[in-house]
Amino acid sequence: MYAHKYGDHVDTDVIIPARYLASQDEKELASHCMEDIDKNFHVKTKPGDIIVAGLNFGCGSSREHAPIAIKASGISCVIAKSFARIFYRNAINIGLAILECPEAAEGINDNDEVKINFDTGVINDITTGKIYQAEPFPEFIKKMISDGGLIASLKKSGA
Amino acid sequence: MGMTMTQKILAKHAGLKEVHAGQLIQANLDLVLGNDITAPVAINEFESAGFKKVYDASKVVLVMDHFTPNKDIKSATQCKQCRLFARKFDLKNFYDVGTMGIEHALLPEQGLIAPGEAIIGADSHTCTYGALNAFSTGVGSTDLGAAMSVGYTWFKVPGAIRVNVTGNKKKFVTGKDLILYLIGKIGVDGALYKSLEFFGDGLKNLSIADRLTISNMAIEAGAKNGIFPVDDITREYLNGRVNREWHEYFADDNAEYESEVNINLDELNCTVSWPHLPENAHDVSDGKNIKIDQIVIGSCTNGRIEDMKAAAEILKGHHLAEGVRGIIIPATQNVYRECIKLGLTEIFLDAGCIISTPTCGPCLGGHMGVLASGERCVSTTNRNFVGRMGHVDSEIYLASPYVAAASGILGRIAHPEEII
Repeated sequence: MYAHKYGDHVDTDVIIPARYLASQDEKELASHCMEDIDKNFHVKTKPGDIIVAGLNFGCGSSREHAPIAIKASGISCVIAKSFARIFYRNAINIGLAILECPEAAEGINDNDEVKINFDTGVINDITTGKIYQAEPFPEFIKKMISDGGLIASLKKSGA
Repeated sequence: MGMTMTQKILAKHAGLKEVHAGQLIQANLDLVLGNDITAPVAINEFESAGFKKVYDASKVVLVMDHFTPNKDIKSATQCKQCRLFARKFDLKNFYDVGTMGIEHALLPEQGLIAPGEAIIGADSHTCTYGALNAFSTGVGSTDLGAAMSVGYTWFKVPGAIRVNVTGNKKKFVTGKDLILYLIGKIGVDGALYKSLEFFGDGLKNLSIADRLTISNMAIEAGAKNGIFPVDDITREYLNGRVNREWHEYFADDNAEYESEVNINLDELNCTVSWPHLPENAHDVSDGKNIKIDQIVIGSCTNGRIEDMKAAAEILKGHHLAEGVRGIIIPATQNVYRECIKLGLTEIFLDAGCIISTPTCGPCLGGHMGVLASGERCVSTTNRNFVGRMGHVDSEIYLASPYVAAASGILGRIAHPEEII
C-alpha cells in the first residue's frame, strides 16, 4: 500500500464538498473524495492505500460522508498527527481504520510504500526502512472495524 | 477533585457521582437531533440495524434546513425520507418547510433546550446550546442512528480550558468578534477534545445572542463543547420559553482546567477571519483594501433577530456598493416575521439586498449564494475553508453582521464606524 500525504487541518469540506451531500451513494461520494485539494485523488488511489496527514485531520462539519468517501475510495487507514474528534468517532463507527502517530505522520513521504500491523500498531515504511509505533486499538474497537462498523458489529453480536 | 460544568452535567446523565477527564461513560440523552443531510444516513443505519422504535417520540428532533426549500431532486428525496420516518414514528418535533428554521437557532427559540440537559446532534454546530448551560455536541450519523433508538451514547469525559471574560464591549463589538479572536488566539485545534468554559464579570455584558454565537463556534477551535454558567440573562431568556424544570450547573471552585485564556472586552475590536481557516483572525482595519463581491448575513451563527437588527442599523438609508450582492437569511420563521414587523425587510430591500426564507444554503455552498472562482464574500457564517461556499478559488471572510453590512455598502472590508 502506498501513502498519499497532506498537510494540517484537512477539513471535511475538502474531503467531500457539500455540493455532493445530496447523495448517500458510496461510490459517487468516493468519486469526489478530496477533489478540492487533490484533483487526482480518485484516479491515483489503489485499494489498500493510506492517507497520511498532519494535525486535526477531519475538522469541521460532522458529515459522516467524509469517512465514508475515504473508505469507499479503498483507503485502508488514515495516519495523522491528530484527528478532529467528530471525525475520529465517525471513522471508528463506520469501520475506517485510523491511527494517531505524529512521528509516522511526519516521517512518511508521499508515495512511500507502507505496511501496517493493526494488532501491534507497528507502522513500517518500506521505502525508507523506518519503523513507527502507534498505539494499537483496544479489542472492541478492532472488532468494530473488522466487522465493518458500529451497526454491523451490533448486528453480528446479536444486540 | 472538583468538576467543571461539563463534567457535572455528564456525571448526572451517566448516573455517576463523579467523573474525571478521560473517563469513558455512557450518558442518557435529553434530545437527539438530525437534519436533512445527516438524518438520511442515520435512518439507513437505524433501519439496517433492525431498530423497531425511537426511544422517545418527543426527544428525536429532525429539522429540514440545509438544502431546503429543496434545491434539487436528490435533496427533495432526502427530505422525503426524513418526512416518512417522522410520520412512521410520530415524531413530535419534525420541522419541515413552513415551520423549520436553521436548527441551532430554532431549538433554543422553541424552548427545546434547557440548562443542564445533554444533547447530541448530527451536526457539528450542535455545541451552540452550551450558551444555555446545556452539554451539547456534534456527532455523526451512525451515532445519531443508534441514539435515536436507545436514547444514550458513549462519551470520553473532556478536560477543559477556562476562558475568563472581563470588561465591557465597545459599540459594534459582538460575540462573533470575541469567538473569532479566541480562535485566532488558540488555533483551530486549540481546544481539541476539550470543553471551552466561560467565566467572569464580562459575561453580564454578553447577551444570549452573543453567547449562542460564541458557543456555536467552539467547534471551530476543535472543542467538544462551549458552555456558559446560568445567570439572570439566561433565566430571562428561558422564562416563558421553557416550561419544564431545569437544573443549573456551576463549576466547582477546585475544578481542574488545563489552561486559561483571558479576554478583556474593553480591548476587543471588530474582527475578521481571513481565508482559509477561522484562526486567521485580523483586526477589521487590516482588510481595508480587500474588495468583495457578496455579503451573507444569516446562519446558525448569526441569523437571530439581534443579528438582523445589527445589519439593519448599518444598512438603513444606505445601498450596497455597485457589483455587491447582499443575501440576508433570517434563521427562523419567527425571526423572519419579526423582520417584517420591525420594518427591517424594508431597510434590506431598500439597500438592494435579497431576503431568503430560512436555510443553511450558502454557508456550506449548497444553494442561495454559491460563489464563483475568484469571488470574495464577507459572511456571518462559521467556516472559511477552501471551497466551503462554492468554487475552490473563492474566498470567505468571516465577520459579524455589523461588519458584513458595512462591507457591503463600501464594497470592501469595512468597519461599521465608516458608515455610522
